[in-house]
Amino acid sequence: MTAVTDSTESDAAVGLPRLLPPPQEKRARQGLEQHLARHGRLPYRDRAGTLIRDIESAGLTGRGGGAFPVHRKLQAVSDAADRYRRTPAVIANGAESEPASDKDATLLWLSPHLVLDGLQLAAEAVGADTAILYTHANRKNDVGARLREAIAQRQERGIDRVPVQLAEAPARFLAGQETALLSHLSGRAAVPTFMPPRITERGLGNAPTLVQNVETLAHLALIARRGPRWFRAVGTEQEPGSMLATVRRLDGQPKISEVPLGIPLLTLTGELRQDGAVLIGGYHGTWVTAGQAQQLTMDNASLAKAQAKVGAGIVITLPSDRCGIVETARVVRYLALESAGQCGPCLNALPRIAAALAEIAGGRFRKGTLEDVDRWSDQVAGRGACHHPDGTTRFVASALRTFAAEVALHKAGRCSAASKKPFLPVPQATARAETDWI
Amino acid sequence: MADKLLVNPIDCKGHAACAELLPEAITLDEWGYPVLDPRPLPPGLERHARAAVSACPTLALRLQRA
Ligand SMILES: Cc1cc2nc3c(=O)[nH]c(=O)nc-3n(C[C@H](O)[C@H](O)[C@H](O)COP(=O)(O)O)c2cc1C
Ligand code: SF4
Ligand code: SF4
Repeated sequence: MTAVTDSTESDAAVGLPRLLPPPQEKRARQGLEQHLARHGRLPYRDRAGTLIRDIESAGLTGRGGGAFPVHRKLQAVSDAADRYRRTPAVIANGAESEPASDKDATLLWLSPHLVLDGLQLAAEAVGADTAILYTHANRKNDVGARLREAIAQRQERGIDRVPVQLAEAPARFLAGQETALLSHLSGRAAVPTFMPPRITERGLGNAPTLVQNVETLAHLALIARRGPRWFRAVGTEQEPGSMLATVRRLDGQPKISEVPLGIPLLTLTGELRQDGAVLIGGYHGTWVTAGQAQQLTMDNASLAKAQAKVGAGIVITLPSDRCGIVETARVVRYLALESAGQCGPCLNALPRIAAALAEIAGGRFRKGTLEDVDRWSDQVAGRGACHHPDGTTRFVASALRTFAAEVALHKAGRCSAASKKPFLPVPQATARAETDWI
Repeated sequence: MADKLLVNPIDCKGHAACAELLPEAITLDEWGYPVLDPRPLPPGLERHARAAVSACPTLALRLQRA
């Protein structure tokens, strides 16, 4: 589903939105003509590498969840290409495998040309001859058809120098992880593989490979046009620029806002009840209490105080009639089922942690259950081929912290929830067979 | 420079041969999968470490320059 976008007049004063269509064209898809009229031509540099310095000055970081400095990845791929004399590949990651997120689908639906521009410019910066756009298959709006049309139009007009291939991501949580993505593009299951070497050294077909989130590429395309100073006009000194956030308030519907990094968390959530809670960063993210939320701003420096991260920009307010433990248990069950089940520690720990949470959610749980969860979480930390177990246990620990009073209530066989209706979005179908991953 | 152990968790099948040969640096979790000491190997253990690496039936264990 493509969400409603949200913006205000004060946004316009600081030049937002940058990536999404302006408010007067609310929800209007930006066709090629509108795109060119608003942003101008694609500023190829006609030399590999020159864009990398601008990206470094801009301080752009990845918007797919990791906030890794983009210039370092560009440089690593470019260096590896020289070292191994291999022409690199560039991949735009639009898998958006996080069920609570909708910002990438919205960006691809509303501003596809900005992402495609970024893909071309990144390809030029590292000297790539392969460009792939990897997107989520199961969306309500047919983003794929939209993108095919946009790609064909650009080809006809001679805009793209590197031909763009479209690839569909399986609707699995791990499908967006970069080694899973490469595995899928190589015709195997979309499950992670073990590094090293890094994919920037040896990725797709053993070529040095750049994988960036689609939003990251859209920012890159604007920095190439307007420069690092423009980019830094919003955001914080340490974490500059704007970001797309998927905000879900009490109605649960996703709303996509483009906001400067560093804005108060409450501008996204609105006023919170005193005993409320907010989930920041999605299902590998962190629950915080309303009290904490009031102190926090949307940047990693601030969120670290609550052991949270911006992640892929998901901010969800838990409605007062729902139980945070019940909601978390349901999501953790999904996360455990989405584990690729390849690594012993993950295969053993996640289902046990999920079962323990279900027990806690169900009430009157065993005495040692909480200790078990702690111990299993410690044991699995850092021991998988990917970060799925680490993200999952961070999410679980934050729930047990934030909803400690609710846990005590459950221990006594009670639950504060007036409604049992599931709130956090969890896909119905989970992987059962090998073919589900292809 | 000292070496460091690295396990590929996808290939590791928890045979535990490694932990028997190098208990100083490899312990087992409650499911029988190896937990590696993250520190560089103390001098004198290299030979045992190499033995553990070659004993792994799935070639999941490696020695890496730290
Ligand atoms: C379990 C898991 C799922 C991920 N899913 C996505 C995803 O859906 N989209 C995405 O852009 N990055 C995802 N990532 C991060 C990618 O591995 C990769 O770091 C990212 O695409 C790099 O782009 P960026 O630096 O521009 O953010 C995921 C990572 C993990 C561990
Ligand atoms: S850590 Fe878990 S999710 Fe990641 S590759 Fe291993 S088994 Fe799969
Ligand atoms: S011997 Fe190999 S497969 Fe067995 S536990 Fe050690 S690393 Fe894993």
